[in-house]
Amino acid sequence: MLNYDLVVVGGGPAGMAAALKARENGVESIIVLERAETLGGILEQCIHTGFGLHYFGEELSGPEYAGRFMKMLEGTDIDVKVDTMVLDIADGNVVTAVNKKDGLLKIQAKAVVLAMGCRERPRGALSIAGSRCSGIMTAGTAQKYVNIDGYMPGHEVVILGSGDIGLIMARRMTLEGAKVKMVCELMPYSGGLTRNIVQCLDDFGIPLKLSCTVVATHGKDRLEGVTIAKVDERLQPIPGTEEYVSCDTLMLSVGLIPENELSKNSGLQLDVITSGPKVDEYRETEHAGVFACGNVLQVHDLVDYVTEESQIAGLGAAKFIKGEKVTGECVYTKGINGVRYIVPQRINRETDTDVKLYFRVGAVYNNAKIIVECDGKEILSKKKVKLCPGEMEYVTLKQSVISELPADAVINVRVEA
Amino acid sequence: MEKRELVCVACPLGCPITVTFDADGNVESVTGNTCKRGDAYARTEVTNPTRMLTTTVKVEGGKAYVVPVKSANPIPKGMMFDCMEIINKASIKAPVNIGDVVVENILGTGVDIIATNYAE
Amino acid sequence: MTYDVAVVGAGVVGGLIARELSRFQIKVALLEKCNDVAMGTTKANSAIVHGGFDAQNGTLKAKLNVQGTLMMPEVCEKLSVPFKKNGSVVVAFSEKEMDHVKELYERGIKNGVPELSVIDQAELRRIEPNISDKAVGALLSESAGIVCPYELTIAAVENAVTNGVEFIRNCEVKAINENNDGYVLDTTVGEISAKYIINAAGNFSDELAKMVGDDSIELVPRKGEYYVLDKSVGNLAIHTIFQCPNEMGKGILVTPTVDGNLLIGPTALNIEDKEDITTTPEGLKEIVEKALKSVPIVSTRNAITSFAGVRAHPVNDDFIIGWCDKSANFLNVAGVESPGLSSAPAIALYVREILNEKLELKEKTEYTDVREEPVRFRHMSDEERAELIKKNPAYGRIVCRCETITEGEIIDAIKAPAGARDVDGVKRRTRAGMGRCQGGFCGSKVVEILANELGVPMSDITKFGGDSKIIYERTK
Repeated sequence: MLNYDLVVVGGGPAGMAAALKARENGVESIIVLERAETLGGILEQCIHTGFGLHYFGEELSGPEYAGRFMKMLEGTDIDVKVDTMVLDIADGNVVTAVNKKDGLLKIQAKAVVLAMGCRERPRGALSIAGSRCSGIMTAGTAQKYVNIDGYMPGHEVVILGSGDIGLIMARRMTLEGAKVKMVCELMPYSGGLTRNIVQCLDDFGIPLKLSCTVVATHGKDRLEGVTIAKVDERLQPIPGTEEYVSCDTLMLSVGLIPENELSKNSGLQLDVITSGPKVDEYRETEHAGVFACGNVLQVHDLVDYVTEESQIAGLGAAKFIKGEKVTGECVYTKGINGVRYIVPQRINRETDTDVKLYFRVGAVYNNAKIIVECDGKEILSKKKVKLCPGEMEYVTLKQSVISELPADAVINVRVEA
Repeated sequence: MEKRELVCVACPLGCPITVTFDADGNVESVTGNTCKRGDAYARTEVTNPTRMLTTTVKVEGGKAYVVPVKSANPIPKGMMFDCMEIINKASIKAPVNIGDVVVENILGTGVDIIATNYAE
Repeated sequence: MTYDVAVVGAGVVGGLIARELSRFQIKVALLEKCNDVAMGTTKANSAIVHGGFDAQNGTLKAKLNVQGTLMMPEVCEKLSVPFKKNGSVVVAFSEKEMDHVKELYERGIKNGVPELSVIDQAELRRIEPNISDKAVGALLSESAGIVCPYELTIAAVENAVTNGVEFIRNCEVKAINENNDGYVLDTTVGEISAKYIINAAGNFSDELAKMVGDDSIELVPRKGEYYVLDKSVGNLAIHTIFQCPNEMGKGILVTPTVDGNLLIGPTALNIEDKEDITTTPEGLKEIVEKALKSVPIVSTRNAITSFAGVRAHPVNDDFIIGWCDKSANFLNVAGVESPGLSSAPAIALYVREILNEKLELKEKTEYTDVREEPVRFRHMSDEERAELIKKNPAYGRIVCRCETITEGEIIDAIKAPAGARDVDGVKRRTRAGMGRCQGGFCGSKVVEILANELGVPMSDITKFGGDSKIIYERTK
């Protein structure tokens, strides 16, 4: 059995930031366990720029952003094991991991940070009818083939889902000489950033079809085409609007799911909306000393926010290890009327910090107001010119406000259109 | 009078902007924007639109087959495919460091193509 | 190459026949037109070992089903294939259907089905807690079970190859010529000579028979669509839950699988194109509607995939097993629709007996009917895992995160006798890519391992052979 103060599960942007922050705050022995062969997580294949505008004030590519944290890690005594998969986190924070070199590892940790990231929703979850031919893949898988392995995953492409990964891949494939025929989006609005719609689709004349989905795939061996159809307000395909589009590749960019199998197996309950663990203001889960941050907690759109959140978790873990973390009576947060969820889900009343409540809305709003209230009393409100589901929002609660709320109070956050 | 419709990308608001040109093709007015940044974006976008270019380049003698690269600064939007052709023919010897120049002053734009990751 | 026997078709039937024949001092070839075994009906069916009460008394179906189901636990044990005797219920939703259930009971008793009983509503609810309130009673068949049909086939063929059978893939028979020594099969991989041919070509057994002038086999391709639901809802059904059967088959069932998922389906639609394994919006909708009748809390929110299979429904409604009238040494094993999987072990024995009428079968001195269990990292204790990785570090790298499958297991699956040659082959042998992410993370890794082991570029690797390419040329 090895002993570490802190075990960080995952060496992507979340894990690296949490480890560094914990080290800065006096945690002596830290180990980062990463399942891939290099640190950096999904950033390694996100070769486009747009990362780091908030955190570094520069526009970096994914590998560059990750590279900066890798450099920072190199300058510390934090241990890193790559190509290492965590299999289990048992009661008492005993972490079981496995790799080729060490075989089976058992590590006793004082605290654990979960930073496993997220995965893409696969085709099966969509119930698209048709054949099981090859050529249907998630946009992320295609991205790995092109950017890491250096192979073309297809030549004539239809993309389903206008999340940012889908948009980015539309441009990427076009630059590599493929014909991207269209991007279909089930919703009446795109889940991606405007900038990506302009620079990844409009620049190349790729049509974005809103309220449209793929209803069938065709082809015996490799994909030969798809049938698309318009959808009604209930998102159901409208009969008679079907259209055949020939293509050899269907890329899916239909949502991300936090990768919480480890968390679930260790007995953590997940938030039904975020699919991540429920946490307090320092991102401590319902298991003492187990923290979570980054996309395993909630799917982010900007890596800069992942870093910010992970630093909170790293600081929280440091406080926990040093016995300085406040725990006790809590107040709870709840998103209502258009606010889909809030992270953190609970706040210690006696907390030593102001707390940002992060959330997403369920629809597009113009000139709306975010209202935070407790027991019918408004705590604060914030005007927003635009709110959309694709962008994470936040409001900040002052420590002084939190400490005055009664124990078990519920803080509601809602949209006023 | 010629008009062009744009969606502003300066911030997440995504204002619909209309740029009107005079008879000589010069910008006469910018409307629809809600801030100064929108005005500036629209004027650049219709006169000299530029883009960051990111792709990969072949690695020689390394473990990885390709390494990601970017244009050190934005290049003219219309030159993206021409630049891709040059980059597709180029290669870089391993080991590669972030910032290594792969193609200098690509097509006379004054912009270098540089590596954005390590490659052993 | 000259063989004593060529078995055409490496489905569960052909696979188990090849295994049975591998015991004897004869040269056997197993010919498969696809890139792997179990690529036809075997790959896509309900994975049920039936009690044997469905088939009419006196039919081959009835006899071989009851016998095959009795054999199944031992066959599975020898081949290290998971089998679970979970039992089945045929649920009645009215008194009229209850009469039908009683009829099935009578038929089952006549067919010789053991452990059969009619149960009332209370008992049904007790043994199957999620059953609909509207169910009034059921036929309980406790000898019924579940098995993974392609795992059984993979194991059977592996065992056969270990005993000397030659497995030839991508070998589609184009024509058959007869001469004094027997047959010359003109195939996509060249000419193959055999004294005897066993036609286990599934949906294509009618076409194969025609190659020797036998046009007596009449098959109707019947498509069935299914949903596979996540393991988190795998316990919604404990037994295999059938509804009362009709002329198109046994209706929509809800069943756990041996791997712990929940399977619902199949639809039953007679189709023209026997290679049409596409799912349809209508079919998928029908599955859910009908499954809800049995288990009202089933939901496709937990769907991880859907698929369709085509079974060869014989017009005369019974298995067609026996010597062909038109060609002396050509043995048909055709029309093996449900309960084909259940019957397969018994069919293999039956075919051996028929073959023995003409061909002397002497047992080999060295022969094993056991196929060792492949390494299953996910089922091991920490101590076993530590020991295993020490011996071979490849078991220390997890490739498929969802199912905890190691690089070592994937390499084993490729190197095994009649091993995997494509991504789906690896998936069926190891479960890599079968979990929640459906290969999103490990897919490209599996392609890389296949390419390495087979010594080809990654762009040569396919999903399931043929033109099912995964990636194309280099970007640079």
